[in-house]
Amino acid sequence: MTTFDTIHDDAIASARGQRAGKRFSLPLSFRRLPVGLILSSLVLAVAFLWALAPWLFTSYNPLEGVGGEQLRRPDASHLLGTDALGRDLYARIVYGAVHSLTGAFVAVALGLVVGTSIGVIAGSVRRRVDDAIMRLVDVLLSIPSLMLSLSIIILLGFGTVNAAIAVGVTSVARFARLSRSEVVRVRRSDYVEAAFGSGGTFAAVLWRHVLPNSLTSVLAIAALQFGSAVLQISTLGFLGYGAPPPTPEWGLLIAEGRNYISTAWWLTTAPGIIVVLVVLSANRVSQSFGKVAA
Amino acid sequence: MSGYLLNRLGQALFVLWAAFTISFVLLQAMPGDAILIKFQNPELGLTPQQIAEIRASYAADSAVWVQYIQTINRFLTGDFGYSVQAGVPVGTILAAHLPATLKLASLGFLLAATFAVVIAFVASLTPFAWLRGAIQSVPSLFISIPTFWIGIMLIQIFSFRLKLVPVINPGPWQELILPVITLAIPISAPLAQVLVRNIDDVLTRPFVAVARAKGATRHWVLWRHVAKNALLPTLTIAGVLFGELIAGAVVTETVFGLNGIGGLTGRAVGSQDAAVLQAIVVFSALAFVVINLIVDLLFPVLDPRLRTKAGATA
Amino acid sequence: MSASGFTPPVLEVENLSIAYHDGVTHRRVVHDVSFRIDPGEVVALVGESGSGKTTTAQSIIGLLHANGRIEGGSISLNGTDISRWSDRQLDAVRGAKISLIPQDPASSLNPVKTIGAQVGEILRIHGVASGRDLEAQVISLLGRVGLSEPALRARQYPHELSGGMRQRVLIAIAVALKPQLIIADEPTSALDVTVQKRILDLIDELRTEYGTSVLLVTHDLGVAADRADRLVVLQGGRVQELGATKVVLAAPRSAYTRQLLADAPSFSAVVRTAPATARDRHPTSGDDVVIVDGLVQDFSRTDDRGKSFRAVDDLSFRVRRGTTHAIVGESGSGKTTTIRAIVGFQKPTAGRIEIDGTDLSTLRGETLRQFRRKIQLVYQNPYGSLDPRQTVFDIVAEPLLNFGRLVRPAREEKVRAILSRVGLPEAALDRRPHALSGGQRQRVAIARALVLDPDVVVLDEAVSALDVTVQARILDLLDELQRDLGLTYLFVSHDLAVVRQISDTVSVLKDGRLVDGGTVEDVFVRPRSDYTRELINAIPGQKRAAFV
Repeated sequence: MTTFDTIHDDAIASARGQRAGKRFSLPLSFRRLPVGLILSSLVLAVAFLWALAPWLFTSYNPLEGVGGEQLRRPDASHLLGTDALGRDLYARIVYGAVHSLTGAFVAVALGLVVGTSIGVIAGSVRRRVDDAIMRLVDVLLSIPSLMLSLSIIILLGFGTVNAAIAVGVTSVARFARLSRSEVVRVRRSDYVEAAFGSGGTFAAVLWRHVLPNSLTSVLAIAALQFGSAVLQISTLGFLGYGAPPPTPEWGLLIAEGRNYISTAWWLTTAPGIIVVLVVLSANRVSQSFGKVAA
Repeated sequence: MSGYLLNRLGQALFVLWAAFTISFVLLQAMPGDAILIKFQNPELGLTPQQIAEIRASYAADSAVWVQYIQTINRFLTGDFGYSVQAGVPVGTILAAHLPATLKLASLGFLLAATFAVVIAFVASLTPFAWLRGAIQSVPSLFISIPTFWIGIMLIQIFSFRLKLVPVINPGPWQELILPVITLAIPISAPLAQVLVRNIDDVLTRPFVAVARAKGATRHWVLWRHVAKNALLPTLTIAGVLFGELIAGAVVTETVFGLNGIGGLTGRAVGSQDAAVLQAIVVFSALAFVVINLIVDLLFPVLDPRLRTKAGATA
Repeated sequence: MSASGFTPPVLEVENLSIAYHDGVTHRRVVHDVSFRIDPGEVVALVGESGSGKTTTAQSIIGLLHANGRIEGGSISLNGTDISRWSDRQLDAVRGAKISLIPQDPASSLNPVKTIGAQVGEILRIHGVASGRDLEAQVISLLGRVGLSEPALRARQYPHELSGGMRQRVLIAIAVALKPQLIIADEPTSALDVTVQKRILDLIDELRTEYGTSVLLVTHDLGVAADRADRLVVLQGGRVQELGATKVVLAAPRSAYTRQLLADAPSFSAVVRTAPATARDRHPTSGDDVVIVDGLVQDFSRTDDRGKSFRAVDDLSFRVRRGTTHAIVGESGSGKTTTIRAIVGFQKPTAGRIEIDGTDLSTLRGETLRQFRRKIQLVYQNPYGSLDPRQTVFDIVAEPLLNFGRLVRPAREEKVRAILSRVGLPEAALDRRPHALSGGQRQRVAIARALVLDPDVVVLDEAVSALDVTVQARILDLLDELQRDLGLTYLFVSHDLAVVRQISDTVSVLKDGRLVDGGTVEDVFVRPRSDYTRELINAIPGQKRAAFV
């Protein structure tokens, strides 16, 4: 469920690769038009519009079914068919976007703000405090993230926001570790020493050099984290710990569709494809972020 | 060497203790409590007084730190407490559910490792750039699919459409086919990504050019020089992978209705069974710590650079 | 020099053109290059970065980068054109007929395989030996390249060997099958000078013994002059000059070669005699602006249970105002540690450092910060010492902001003045470091150091990473600035040729101790220690004196 560590490293590696430049590297040109990137941006744009103004995209009510229209196959009037209560599946997916996307936003923001603050503090202060903080981060990392989110959900109770917080907390340790290592890397660089050497105070050097240079890659990772937050939130929704029914949250939609798996294939297939598309697009777009930011 | 070992062991014990403490604190802070949930049920018709007596018998009313010390002591002696909901010791429950999960997780991991190695090495051996690009993008697709959905789709396609795998009364191994694939797909993705990146990275190192200059073929270089150098660093993500394996197992068992630790976790969360959940958290932290310890000890064996610290003098 | 008209050349390169493709871009980096190597001959491919020398060498052994293509011309080995051969065909040639000595011994050996396995590999690939026989051959090869205890070395891993030893191992691999041609791609640029000399001597010796030809790829005209029979001078992928070493050095025909010769410190310093006396006319001479007395620096090594390591041991020297003092030493000599203590980045374990009358040990916090105005450091790698996110203007203005006494317009004026003083165009003001050339970046770093009007500028290998022609311009600039502003330089370098050229006094360090010191003339003409003599003898380019 949580695959960000490796993706993170990828983004950083590619970012570093760009900076380092090898012996034979030639200036990278604009390749053929980045079709994948354009498509991904489009998918994300549509998903965000669904979240902001769902009524523009469908005239059906996502919560109230129409009698006699139960379990319709996808056709012209119901693009993605209907569920057991006669509700239009497409409308439910459109109205569900807001739950999945805000959840992911809250989760990423929480992880980013808390984790990065911890990491920057650890990377800037003296050895002992740094060691203590990072030991704690190690402990957090040793608990499988789903276990951690489940523990937090038990603590806070079920619901969209709580699920988002639970997902956010699991990324705190990763953001902390990443931002600390970035701060430490930048602090070791010659230009930071040179800044001290030309009379910079600790605060001035931190503000002018350390923060801007270490946080770019952290921000690129935050973008990448978004996709995996969507995944994790849909997983919690599927397990039944997110928004309660009849909320059309995507994970929950798939869970509900399972009951009709042998008769109504569209109920599980369609929302799943939407989740995959959104996550793929988010990852693709954030990768290009990472490259530009570096 | 023994200093290194002791140091690692100390760190492992610390992580374990801290994970225990964190889970204890978290679950203590829980608003609802298991005893109340179970016995307040009006059907049981218990008076508040009776509930209080039951609570006392579980030591639920003593000071938090007393409970903390007691719980540590119990855990150390292998007693993981008593599940109020199920009415049996947590240890017994865990023992009953562990085998299914172990089987699923180890098979899933083996399949994932196979996927990853095949993806990475086929990608670097293929002479066509487009095919290489296509193979290398497989992991990023795998990483974007929700595990539970993979399971549902597999059931839909292989059980209901193609009727290849029976849903009702499958054999003990047949029952595992789809869950293992479901688990292997998301686990293989990070592994493959790291491998692909490492192979690309190692291929640019000067010693590869030197080996080629000796007259070695591409295959020779890939197997005798690149493989070990690329595989070694993947060990470092063993801990992360383990976390994913646990998460994947929870979801997979839920989807396929398997009776393992994953299913147990789901039920424990649903019924707010703190004792069971704490035991699971501590157990998975223990497994994580042991895996990382093994990796730490394995590294010096596999990587000669970590065996001897002192370099030679000119 | 065994070119007789009848034996065919080992290698003949004719009108070779190579380009790199990357998506839609296409960049030709080698244009119509032609040269030949006769049996037993050493030909040097000389050029600065971007000259196409390495690309040319890689194409000969068929190991061009994946996006490189030979677009025209031929590469003939013993009269057969191999430039269009497939990998499979080339595999039989590589190692057996053409072999390679790579540039960086540190990363050119597989870290997880034993030395013996890696040397034995070439014998195994070509099916020359196996089993006991192979083992014996490996050990004899390792002994042949001058490694002590070859049987032990064969069982060791690369990280257990020093850089020089690793390069010997790589040479053993290259000569294992007695190839007709060895391509030595900058074989010594990653090594200390004394090691460099020994390695080049070894290559020479083996080459004569086996009758092998060598293509020596190097940026160092001095090395080429000492070792090659003929020179091929490349610039921008084109041959600028080609001919017998003697002839090229004595009477270069192309303007570029003349420029290279004039700029190469190993040659020019011979011409400029006794710089110390020539420079001694500074009015302020007489007072010592830098005083180092009994400096000791220990580092604790965490892995060795509290045993500490002495990086600098009882070092003393003085530098007079307005002069240049060089600190010379090979890697691990403690020169970097010394200057880090002098600029106040590190508290010395013992000893006294005084800069312009201020004792460094009395400084702390704000007083230390104020002290930094007096002494500024220029780093070896300008790319690493400039913040990639800042513009040139911001970089140079930052020290002024730190001691914010100037109002904005005055600050701007000062920055512009200093930038034009170091020879940067006005257009560079808004650029970021990645958009500048190596020489320009180092000019920015110098401008940043000078903007605070310091008394002392510490130059830590400040010109070592630059191409010779760029290096010469920066050295000229430094000289000019010193004369105009009365600066004192502390010049740290491993390159004795440069040191001889620009400094007044010298301290020679070895293993943290001062082994020699005094004026340039004292040290270079009348060295007191064997080590200094060895260093001086190792300076490449000494043969040239005989030619001119």
